[in-house]
Amino acid sequence: MLPYLIRRLGQALVLLLIVSMLGFAILHLAPGGPLSQFALSSQMSPEDIARISHQLGLDRPLPVQYADWLWRMLQGDWGTSYRDGSAVLYVIGSHLRATFELMATATLIACLLGCWVGILGAIRRYSLFDTLATVGAMVALSIPTFWFGLVAIYIFSVTLGWLPAGNRHTVGDDSLLDLMHHLIAPALVLALVEMAIWARFMRSSMLDVIGQDYIRTARAKGLPEWSVLSRHALRNALLPMITVAGLQFPTLLGGALVAETVFTWPGMGRLFLDSIAYRDYPVVMGILMLSAAMVMLGSLIADLLYAVVDPRIRME
Amino acid sequence: MSTPAASVSTETGPATSTNTAWRRFRRHRLAMAGTATILVLALGCFLGPYLLPFDDTYIDILQRFAPPLSGVHVLGTDELGRDILARLMMGGRISLAIGFLAMAVAMAIGIAVGVIAGFYGGWLGSALMRFVDAVLCFPTIFLLLALAALTEPGILATTLLIAATSWMNVARIVEAQIRSLRERDFATAARSVGAGDLYIMFRSLLPNAMAPIVVAATLNVAKAILLESYISFLGYGIQPPASSWGNMLNNAQIYLTSAPWLAILPGLAITLAVTSFNFIGDGLRDALDPRLDVN
Repeated sequence: MLPYLIRRLGQALVLLLIVSMLGFAILHLAPGGPLSQFALSSQMSPEDIARISHQLGLDRPLPVQYADWLWRMLQGDWGTSYRDGSAVLYVIGSHLRATFELMATATLIACLLGCWVGILGAIRRYSLFDTLATVGAMVALSIPTFWFGLVAIYIFSVTLGWLPAGNRHTVGDDSLLDLMHHLIAPALVLALVEMAIWARFMRSSMLDVIGQDYIRTARAKGLPEWSVLSRHALRNALLPMITVAGLQFPTLLGGALVAETVFTWPGMGRLFLDSIAYRDYPVVMGILMLSAAMVMLGSLIADLLYAVVDPRIRME
Repeated sequence: MSTPAASVSTETGPATSTNTAWRRFRRHRLAMAGTATILVLALGCFLGPYLLPFDDTYIDILQRFAPPLSGVHVLGTDELGRDILARLMMGGRISLAIGFLAMAVAMAIGIAVGVIAGFYGGWLGSALMRFVDAVLCFPTIFLLLALAALTEPGILATTLLIAATSWMNVARIVEAQIRSLRERDFATAARSVGAGDLYIMFRSLLPNAMAPIVVAATLNVAKAILLESYISFLGYGIQPPASSWGNMLNNAQIYLTSAPWLAILPGLAITLAVTSFNFIGDGLRDALDPRLDVN
């Protein structure tokens, strides 16, 4: 296990380095630059811009800026927001909780419902339920998340008036119940795509396992069907779902950005959009790096977990 | 490729006859429905505007917020009194065109990177594939928005940015294919008669990897249409007065209470187009994968 762990960690570190270079390159080589917002202002003379540029260290060679930036990043100094001068890590951190609430709730819903649909579809292959679920999953993967959000707002908030149309809290009400009431719609909207992915993978994994010899053996020795399915098939079919959970992360983060925008949920995704609008590069950069790091961490954890539960992986 | 159906080879090699594939594709009802839908949508978008009495940019302020099926405007009007059907058609032109163009560019990049990485392998191959892994670490929408915010918005920019964020899966698929094909006998044979690297890569190996590439291309169109709608909705894609299915939804949220059709119609168009391409991709996968021959 240890050699595998070391090798996998090494790969992740190399990847993180490339990711950081990419992120840095994207934001610094592109036209516009961090000071483009000042350049438009008539009150700013070229000397002013040069001075700010010097203060922010933007006049140094790019490799130097990169090395400096990476070194600070590793020390936890992610720079300060151009917008209000507070530390980037603090700004992002204050939005993380809302994002995690949303993502965790959506994942929970998607995982439970998606796996259930997938398992049932595999057991009753080609039944009406299976056909509808398969088609439904494909449609769910094709619906733009933001549009689904708009439709949900129209039905549940505008027409029926059951759910709030946005925000995380009613003003002046900090109760958990109020939070959950606000969470339902965005979480369900975010869960839809995830659910479709879970259902598709779960179905094919379950079908894969049901076709194995050991399932035939279990049936042949006279075990009741539910026992074959739940104790022999399902337990093995669930293993690859660990990988699915890891792979879901980029979709989940992207979906969260959209859901947060539609439902004005004060999370990291909305912060990202706002920061882009303000050309607040340190924050944009920080979120970009953090989300890439989270994606990598997700797949790393999934791989390691998988290696723990399935010894065959470690051997390759 | 006009191999008669009778001479279809039974080996599980790359020699799948076009006829067999077409027969299998036709049996996939959803894929056929998807194909029909796309044809109708494309024809409607490209011919429709010539048949409509309204121009998509014609502003009729007295007719604003006319609901669908209420008068001369079949699908109603928007906040400026512009005909929604006309805008859907013109927007569809842009959305579909971006879908196809972005796919073409993404395929070109992905195939080039995948073929080179898979054929040469070694440090070049792993450097290229680590680069692919690194780009894939960024959630697509985050990367797309960061890039879109840095460039002048427009149709070309949107197309290129979508391509720049969606070629990686193609590269992975092609790399894996080429890597396994490169060791096969026909590749060795080509090399032994003195074929150059480029010839082997693109004339000998690549045609044998066409099946997964075609499937990936179809799914990429769906993805590109979806991505266009995301960034246009968020305001960094196609800019008004030009319309696209995505940017028609940009303002719709404000009028959700008074004019819900503004939000519902373009979304339906996107969902319809994307679902259709996804089903076509599914059907192509079933049709082109020799391992799935059920008969």
